[in-house]
Amino acid sequence: MYALCIASALLALVPLLLIFYHTISLGAGALNVDFFTKLPKPVGEPGGGLGNAIVGTLILVGLGSLLGLPVGIFAGIYLSEFGKNKFGMTVRFMTDVLNGVPSIVTGVVAYTIVVLPAKHFSAYAGGVALGILMIPIITRTTEEMLKTVPNSYREAALALGIPQWKTTLRIIFPAALGGIVTGIMLAVARAAGETAPLLFTALNNRFWHTTLDQPIASLTVFIYNYGVSPFEDWIAQAWAGALVLILLILILSIAVRVATRQRF
Amino acid sequence: MEDIVEKMDIEKKSSFAIPASPAALSMKDHTTKINAEGINAYFGKVHALKNISFTIPENTVVAIIGPSGCGKSTFLRSINRMHELVPDSRITGRLTLDGEDIYGMDAVVVRKRIGMVFQKPNPFPTMSIFDNVAAGLRMNGVRDRKKITEIVEKSLQHAALWNEVKDSLSKSGVSLSGGQQQRLCIARTLAVSPEVILMDEPASALDPISTAKIEELIYELKKEYTIAIVTHNMQQAARVSDFTAFFYMGELIEYDATKTIFTMPKKKQTEDYITGRFG
Amino acid sequence: MERHFEKELEKLKGKINLLFSLVTKSLESSIEAVMKNSEPHAKAVYEYEHSINSLELEIDNGVVDLLALRQPVASDLRLILAILKINNDLERIGDHAVNIAESAQGLIETPEQEPLLKVPQMADHAMAMLRDANQSFNELNALLAQKVLERDDIIDTMNRELLAEVAQLIKEDQSTIEGNLQLARISRNLERVADLTTNIAEEVIFYLQARVVKHHAEEGNQK
Repeated sequence: MYALCIASALLALVPLLLIFYHTISLGAGALNVDFFTKLPKPVGEPGGGLGNAIVGTLILVGLGSLLGLPVGIFAGIYLSEFGKNKFGMTVRFMTDVLNGVPSIVTGVVAYTIVVLPAKHFSAYAGGVALGILMIPIITRTTEEMLKTVPNSYREAALALGIPQWKTTLRIIFPAALGGIVTGIMLAVARAAGETAPLLFTALNNRFWHTTLDQPIASLTVFIYNYGVSPFEDWIAQAWAGALVLILLILILSIAVRVATRQRF
Repeated sequence: MEDIVEKMDIEKKSSFAIPASPAALSMKDHTTKINAEGINAYFGKVHALKNISFTIPENTVVAIIGPSGCGKSTFLRSINRMHELVPDSRITGRLTLDGEDIYGMDAVVVRKRIGMVFQKPNPFPTMSIFDNVAAGLRMNGVRDRKKITEIVEKSLQHAALWNEVKDSLSKSGVSLSGGQQQRLCIARTLAVSPEVILMDEPASALDPISTAKIEELIYELKKEYTIAIVTHNMQQAARVSDFTAFFYMGELIEYDATKTIFTMPKKKQTEDYITGRFG
Repeated sequence: MERHFEKELEKLKGKINLLFSLVTKSLESSIEAVMKNSEPHAKAVYEYEHSINSLELEIDNGVVDLLALRQPVASDLRLILAILKINNDLERIGDHAVNIAESAQGLIETPEQEPLLKVPQMADHAMAMLRDANQSFNELNALLAQKVLERDDIIDTMNRELLAEVAQLIKEDQSTIEGNLQLARISRNLERVADLTTNIAEEVIFYLQARVVKHHAEEGNQK
């Protein structure tokens, strides 16, 4: 029985190891300074890079966070501290449903509400789509992490004559910060790795972005496009892009952990 | 010869009677700090407190004893309005602090004037010892660094903890032992200058030595504060309090000077509980 | 942090010492009344009696407080129980001082001056025992208390001898009966004072060593 558990645990690691192996072995070769700084070259010409795509992904995730973080965190706070009623139960249920909506559907919805009225694709639209994706993850983890903070701290704070909202924001929230940050990073990782919703909203762009009101490049869309192309150097660059994407998320996670680590 | 002489002195039989408490405290000697009149508390349909009326005199320690579930914690929490955190709770009757209606004031203000120490020590986990004590002050807008430092030191001294932590104020609040943590929580409560301190079984999670320290502390604190303590340990109530209230099944059965309660209680229920004959 | 219980215990010990002092003075005064035929000394004893009685009540009250409210154990408990019993013993010694004072007044009223026989020596002996018992309590000196126990026999013997002498004197001259009966009463009371002082010494030993000393077992058989 014990052996079975260990075996399964090791088996669970296999896909991750395979991903690292393939992206590193197939993509590391195409990594060079140009990759990070240059624009894609036209078909046939070797060299060039995916600099704009890297920046684009960062921008799109940033926009998505602008929407997803505040909404998700405050919704999570509401559900944890005040949501023990019917309304709270409804919101919780709907959030779970939203979590399960296929990302392509989210993309279509963002298309309808942002792209159509504006009559063009844009980074904003992409941000909205990604933001919607991030909300349920952040909401649920924020709520769960706040719930793990023992009630005794709330009681202690209230008994000192600290108002409810201050208690939540300055005592309970910081106590749960570690877990909440994990939730945020999960949401960021998901957003950074989405392709389908971006197809309907941010589209793609072979140039540096000049404004957020226009289509913008992203690593995921490029990986998709280059990956299915018949060109070898494009395929190599697709692998490199995948490697960069994974590393990006890894570095971001570590940086945020270090920045928000508590003294105790 | 001896027999004759013996009969000349009738040896007095020694008699031993408990004097009628000339030294027992009388409530009339103190000003009323907190007054409860006809307090009834409900959680949904459950009638948790039934018509409780009594007075907590200023600068005294009042102990509330009784078996589990008798309503003593519920009553304590109704004084600083903490029971309101329980959904579907209701209170009727009148509770006053220095004559002012507690339920007519802002709950936040009430809790600054009436502090509470809980059964399990609960210093804020993300804060240092210093920050823990200063928490109440800072959250209420006090910014003056010097003033805060002064109050923190004074509160820790009052809580008999200063000497043990004065060189390590920046250590985490939860790095202290259980008894020290509880005194830290007391210091935290004292920092906001309450007039009344409510204690809900403050020593029941502590070892005997820490318990003794806390009891000595209560004895000192009553000089400046009014203290109400809920305890399931009758001997603690006897050691520590001036007045004792015995609750049973939501009712106040007897309330009198502690000495009277523990030497000649008036109600049989009180006697049975104190002598351990039930519950 | 000194426990406030310890302060209360000290207060109670102080009161017992005060009682020791009052009773000693009362006994001294009653003996002076006998030795010097002094009416004022006899009257003083009745004054002391008032103070002794009210202090005894106070001490009883204090014991109740400490037992009910502080749940003493071990040596604290033994001390409080010893104080309870010593309190009672001292008050009874006070009563005997009153009896002696009454007899002193009786002697003052008899026309002839009777020889006091061994009464002065018995008085000295009893006073010394009382002082030693007090000292043994204050200094926590079990050896001294033990010595007090051993001296009780002396007074018993002196009392028996005096009673025999008095019986003889009355046979020889019936007119001396009043004076001699008073003398016998004084002797008997002094013997009781020594007994009670012995009790006190036993209680001190119980407090200090948790030993129950059954001194009077043999005495009871002889009487």
